[in-house]
Amino acid sequence: MSHSSSDDFLVMKGISKRYGGVHALQDVNFKCARGKIHAVLGENGAGKSTLIKIISGVVQPDQGIMTIEGKPALYTSPSAANDAGIVCIFQELSLMPDLTVADNISIANPPRKYGFIDQAAQIHRAEELLAEIGCEDVDPRLRIRDLPLSRRQMIEIAKALGKRPKVLILDEATSALTSGDVEKVYAMLARLKAEGVAILYISHRMHEIEALADDASVFRNGRHIESFAKGAKSNDEIVQLMIGREISAHFPPKPAARTTKPLLEIKNLSWENRLHNVSLSVGRGEIVGLGGLDGQGQKELLLSLFGVLKRVSGDVVIDGKPHKLTSPREAKAASPSIALVPEDRKTEGLMLPMSIAENLVIASLDDLSSGPFVDDAKVSDAVKSAIARLQIKIGSSDDAVSTLSGGNQQKVVIAKWLMTKPGIILLNDPTRGIDVGTKQEIYRLLRELADEGAAILFYSTDYDELIGSCDRVAILYDGRVVSELEGDRITEKNIIAASLNISAAGHTAGHERAHHG
Amino acid sequence: MDNVRASGSTIWFRQNTGFAVIVVLFFVVYALYHLAHPKGFSSQVFIQNSNEVFGLAMVAMAQTVPVLMGGLDLSVGAVMTLVDCLASHLLEGSGWSLFWGIIVCLLAGTAAGLFNGIIVVYGRIQPIIATLATGAIYIGLALFLRPIPGGKINEDLNWSFTNSLGDAAETIGIFDDGKAAWFSPFAGLPTAFLLLVIVAIVVWVPFRRSVTGRTVYAIGSAEGAAYMSGLNINRAKLAAFTMAGLFSGIGGIFMAIQTSSGNADMPMAGSYTLSSIASVVIGGTSLLGGSGSAIGSIFGTLILRVISFNFRIFDIPPLLQPLFEGIVLLAAVSLGALSILRVKNQLELFR
Repeated sequence: MSHSSSDDFLVMKGISKRYGGVHALQDVNFKCARGKIHAVLGENGAGKSTLIKIISGVVQPDQGIMTIEGKPALYTSPSAANDAGIVCIFQELSLMPDLTVADNISIANPPRKYGFIDQAAQIHRAEELLAEIGCEDVDPRLRIRDLPLSRRQMIEIAKALGKRPKVLILDEATSALTSGDVEKVYAMLARLKAEGVAILYISHRMHEIEALADDASVFRNGRHIESFAKGAKSNDEIVQLMIGREISAHFPPKPAARTTKPLLEIKNLSWENRLHNVSLSVGRGEIVGLGGLDGQGQKELLLSLFGVLKRVSGDVVIDGKPHKLTSPREAKAASPSIALVPEDRKTEGLMLPMSIAENLVIASLDDLSSGPFVDDAKVSDAVKSAIARLQIKIGSSDDAVSTLSGGNQQKVVIAKWLMTKPGIILLNDPTRGIDVGTKQEIYRLLRELADEGAAILFYSTDYDELIGSCDRVAILYDGRVVSELEGDRITEKNIIAASLNISAAGHTAGHERAHHG
Repeated sequence: MDNVRASGSTIWFRQNTGFAVIVVLFFVVYALYHLAHPKGFSSQVFIQNSNEVFGLAMVAMAQTVPVLMGGLDLSVGAVMTLVDCLASHLLEGSGWSLFWGIIVCLLAGTAAGLFNGIIVVYGRIQPIIATLATGAIYIGLALFLRPIPGGKINEDLNWSFTNSLGDAAETIGIFDDGKAAWFSPFAGLPTAFLLLVIVAIVVWVPFRRSVTGRTVYAIGSAEGAAYMSGLNINRAKLAAFTMAGLFSGIGGIFMAIQTSSGNADMPMAGSYTLSSIASVVIGGTSLLGGSGSAIGSIFGTLILRVISFNFRIFDIPPLLQPLFEGIVLLAAVSLGALSILRVKNQLELFR
């Protein structure tokens, strides 16, 4: 690229990246300019985070080239990318909690005197950088551990700023901030923009993008769909661009709409800064989906219902009786029993080195024991029937569960919880990373369980799933239920619009801003 | 947040409460000991105490560095024993031979530590099991060097290191044989005490302030974040174990000088290793890594030792000593575990 105009400062050509059989990015051509804020839009799994990871050297693409000012610029590690002026503020904090604010800000390249870290200079530097983002009130000598989450995010930003970036990537960097701090970050971004920094901005908040971005690019299914200048498209059109994933699974038919007696009622549930007055009910025989973009409080909602979170305010009413659950053990003992298929099957769902049979019965050992001893005969019967019911494909039930494929492992997790005969089933993204065949079996199973009278609350990052298998879908945004969709209104368009917390498409064209609170 | 900034000492105290408590506790109990001792507050008692403290203090400092990184080094006692046996062969002569002997012993300890580091970093083996294995190897080497206890150490060396600075100066023939007027205030100080201060200042403080030292803390605090911040993880891990080897080696040399012999005593090596872990924890270093310091571990050692001093002086049945040490250790650990009460997502307790 010899004719590098200001418009193609960072250029990506033909970038592809596969994880196993899945294309995370496919033949992506993308560019961004100096002195502009470029918003990257797309729903879950559209390829946004893979794009950022490639730019910032965390992962390497299988194919394609990236250039900065015409020079090749693919990096093999985050530190190499940092050295080249590419700095990313990730969602997951990169701060070390036991070190001080000043230590963290200068961690990669601290000021030195006679070869040793110069504490005074380091504190001074931290003060300067914190002042740049309007955080003069943070004492750089404090430990990160002692700061609230919103402050930590600001430290993360100061740390990035200290690397004097040429390309700055913000991945949902404002999601944990207070509104006062968001203003400060906006002011900082405006200043960096004037200094000619190329800024990539990933956010799920449409009004932020409207306020900040100069350009926007939409990604879908790992492909770059379109780039355009701000104002060239209405919100409606943007939502339309984000829609359009191929339907990849078939769903069992839904029953006709009906009203059922609520089995699980959630009233004004709040926790820390992550859940705000969530109210929701799930009826007997009903599958209720939890939707929205990642990290809007869906996981916390499920964990709070399972007794994992402490100091949750609000009421949980189960079968007419109020419950205060303080541990998974209590949740299991409630009547009807509650089950949670957790987020990460490898750490929270299974004991990987233990056998399939041991994993299957681990949650229901009380029922399968005679006195203090586990009854082998009962266990063997239970294991057989569970394997048969979920059609888990195994060699021997004595094999370690780690030998199974992802889909079969997930079946073991689900089967393990079905053994406790739960009346309320909570699922945290149960089909993530498993094959289409198994997904369909899970959808069918969920419907069967609902028909048998279970109340199912089902969080999924896959909108097709929500549309295909849920009787009702609650969309969470920023820890609040912003929309409940039912029947024909469960459409991809409505889900995306609600997820971005913009007015549902079709009402007015475009720039209306939805407010909440 | 406050508009008025807390003073530096307030912040330091808030971040090092455990350490501060231990320091105060030590001085109180130690003062009690001297008050009750017939020769209390004398140079003689001070010398005896310092000599008893030095070896364990070194091994505790050694243990601190891997622990800060989130690991555990079960070979520190063994490295000390190995160097002890080596020193009993090399430190018999005088002059330059003695100097080179000490250098070789220090290098041997350092090399043993580096070997641990290489196994952990490049063999990708957990520190606890890697050092359990290498510890056995080092004891094996020590037994090879000293199948039965024995050897000899230069007598002047023994005398200077295990007595007061005045005695040392007299033996070496400096500062007018230790009678210089300016020197007299220091003449009563134990050599071992000065040596401990020197090691802390010359070895630990620079390490603490280096980028590699900082990286050790960062790894213990959040290894993923440290990696994402572009820090050199492998170098810091190698350095942590190498430092442990160096400190253990210094302990081993002193042990040989003190006893004037080498002894490949396996139970003793094991008990030093376990006491080093206790010292580290009592000194306020988190076993999860990330916070604490080797200075804290020195005070951890002092606490453990002062308990045994008091047992001697107050005529308490010595059989109760392990019980007391256990209670102190438990109390120290509980102090560190208080933060668990603040966790609001119970799943975090298991991560």
